[in-house]
Amino acid sequence: MKNMMGLIMTGGKNNRLKELSTIRSISAIPVGGKYRAIDFVLSSMVNSGITNVGVITQYSFRSLMDHLGSGKEWDLDRRYGGLYIFPPLLSEDGSGWYRGTADAMHSNLTYLKRSNEEYVLIAQGNCVYKMIFDEMLQYHFGKDADITIAYREMYDFQPDELSLMGQIEVDGEGRIRDFQEKPLHFFSRKGSMGVYIIGKKLLISLLEECEAHGDYDFVKDVIIKKLNTLRIYGYRFEGYWRNISTVQMYYRCNMEMLDPQVQYKLFREKGKVFTKVKDEAPAKYNDEAEVRNSIVADGCIIEGIVENSVLFRGVVVQKGAVVRNSIVMQGSVLEENASLHYSILDKNVTITRGKNLKGESNWPVIVGKNMVV
Amino acid sequence: MKKEVIALLLAGGQGSRLGVLTKNLAKPAVLYGGKYRIIDFSLSNCINSGIETVGILTQYQPLKLNSHIGIGKPWDLDRRSGGVTILSPYLKGEAGEWYKGTANAVYQNINYVDKYSPSRIAVLSGDHVYKMDYSEMLEFHTRNNAQATISVIEVPYAEASRYGIMNATEEGRIYEFEEKPKNPKSNLASMGVYIFDWEVLKEYLVKDNDKNDSDHDFGKNIIPAMLADGKSMWAYRFSGYWKDVGTVQAYWESNMDLISRVPDFNLYDPAWKTYTPNPVKPAHYIGPEGSVKKSIVAEGCLIYGTVKNSVIFPGVYVDRGVTVEDSILMSDCVVGENARIRRSIIGEKAVIGKGAAIGEGDNIPNEIKPDVYNSGITVVGERAKVPDGAVLGKNVMVDMGAGHEDFCSLCVPSGKSVLKGGVCE
Repeated sequence: MKNMMGLIMTGGKNNRLKELSTIRSISAIPVGGKYRAIDFVLSSMVNSGITNVGVITQYSFRSLMDHLGSGKEWDLDRRYGGLYIFPPLLSEDGSGWYRGTADAMHSNLTYLKRSNEEYVLIAQGNCVYKMIFDEMLQYHFGKDADITIAYREMYDFQPDELSLMGQIEVDGEGRIRDFQEKPLHFFSRKGSMGVYIIGKKLLISLLEECEAHGDYDFVKDVIIKKLNTLRIYGYRFEGYWRNISTVQMYYRCNMEMLDPQVQYKLFREKGKVFTKVKDEAPAKYNDEAEVRNSIVADGCIIEGIVENSVLFRGVVVQKGAVVRNSIVMQGSVLEENASLHYSILDKNVTITRGKNLKGESNWPVIVGKNMVV
Repeated sequence: MKKEVIALLLAGGQGSRLGVLTKNLAKPAVLYGGKYRIIDFSLSNCINSGIETVGILTQYQPLKLNSHIGIGKPWDLDRRSGGVTILSPYLKGEAGEWYKGTANAVYQNINYVDKYSPSRIAVLSGDHVYKMDYSEMLEFHTRNNAQATISVIEVPYAEASRYGIMNATEEGRIYEFEEKPKNPKSNLASMGVYIFDWEVLKEYLVKDNDKNDSDHDFGKNIIPAMLADGKSMWAYRFSGYWKDVGTVQAYWESNMDLISRVPDFNLYDPAWKTYTPNPVKPAHYIGPEGSVKKSIVAEGCLIYGTVKNSVIFPGVYVDRGVTVEDSILMSDCVVGENARIRRSIIGEKAVIGKGAAIGEGDNIPNEIKPDVYNSGITVVGERAKVPDGAVLGKNVMVDMGAGHEDFCSLCVPSGKSVLKGGVCE
């Protein structure tokens, strides 16, 4: 895999995640008790032997940069390659914000040109999955493809969720015959995972052509327009995959991690998931603790009832407090006799003594960072 | 490059009274407190006190210790100048020699210390559990114009005869030192934490090395010699949690101290963190029928059974129907369905078979090593495999790596041992 570099797109603005994404890039959203969404794709790349990774950021990238640092947690603090972070370049002529995915890559052409790898793997930072990309690259070679796009049969997604992704149709050979980005009307269960393999030279020429036409979007302006002229193939992925694009999907993805089979697929097979660590002591349970079917991270102190929930680092659940079907992020505190049902607490939230919060399974209550309820 | 103060950490001790727990590693490398190794406390003390040049003296079974410390990254001790250096005994000219005692170990590394030409040197024991700000002790040393400062802690008079006891004036000036006295005159025990003026210490180390009848030990030789010469020696009183976890019982008790509601030893203090290499594991998971009370549980564990009053290290798997009580389960061990574990220490990667019961019966001291296993605690060594349905008594020792073939019978009564490749009676 020495011959492939990685490019992670961390996405544009998205209001479907409400308060959770106002202060952070979606790729930096905390999941599964100690991770952030981008950890999964970044770890998959590292586990596939990719050692040169660029992360293209757009909105609220401070939390993402803080998380990634020098890349040492992923073994990406290297003399050659390693981790590069590309926030929008605010130059004098005011080019400013990336206007789209193709524009974002075009703005960093120098990085692409300077790298030695012949192939580029482009992926999204807001998806939770584990994948070995070597197999996809072999498929790319086997089909003699110009571009290979990973897709999945999205049998476990609702129609309205499908309408938020690219839908594709492939022929018997695996060649993509139709691709519709976020179509209004459902047309295929085959959803694009936003993972592409493409030769670097071809990518550079496509980006230059796209920019010359005044176009900005990699899917709409490059892939869909070239479906008939380039050999674009679909690579079928069979495994757990979720894109964090709505509050409901975020909530569901975290709750699914309580399933031991999902845990196995995400954390125990196909390599480890790396993340920035925080040096917390192990979680502490006192006598009154009653915890069932829950994920609990280091540094938590629990004296109350916790069921079907995900607790991040350093969460405190005091006596008599109840947490059910909820996600509680780092450093939040539930004081005595407080209760939480179907709720998402962002970082450092305090639910004071005796207060109750209750959402619905399809519409969890969200409490923003640093709030005191 | 000159450093004001550097630290030497003595980490070569075997800790033979920890039995099978130190069979293939030195005492400072023994796992402690749900994710740490004992040496993490001294190392974290160094960095939290602002000492960023630390030499670690190793001798006994250093493999795990070396890979644990690496280049010192978890403690921020990977530095361009200073940082952490592992100092093992080495060949000099024709002959090589082992460290013959604590003082000799430092003597053999005079060159390492001189490279930094410090004015002060801290000599620390790497096998105690405590949190201490050495910079305060250094200030005490400077304020008193001391040439040597020894950190002391009050111990009960009944136990004082087990320690090196300092007899000091009200202000702390030491006038007498007694090693393990029968009738102690004071209860100020040495903690094995020293600060010396380096030039003074060096002189005594060189002198001591020439004496053939010396044990080359700080407590037995260096301190008494300096005292005899009337050097300015001071006792620095420390009050706080400090434990020498030198025996199986002390080790077990000290781990259990961590699970009380407000532990004397607080690992959750953001201003004084204890650092260690973090395992790459997901947050732990408690299953639908699982239950955890009065325990600490580390990352990567899967708990489907019941855990009470216990310390669980990373990656432990506790299956359905299991009861774990008053026990320490070390990293990556597996406990099979319906097993029962009481008052036991289960080593790393050990596998306990389905329905096995450990820690049953009467408190009969171990027959082979009664001085090690006598407090009712059963110890299962690293990578040992206890067969399904086996019943183990109290004070039982299962050897490191012992397999099913090493169990002569499924019933191992209190006080017996299961040895690797051992012969059945």
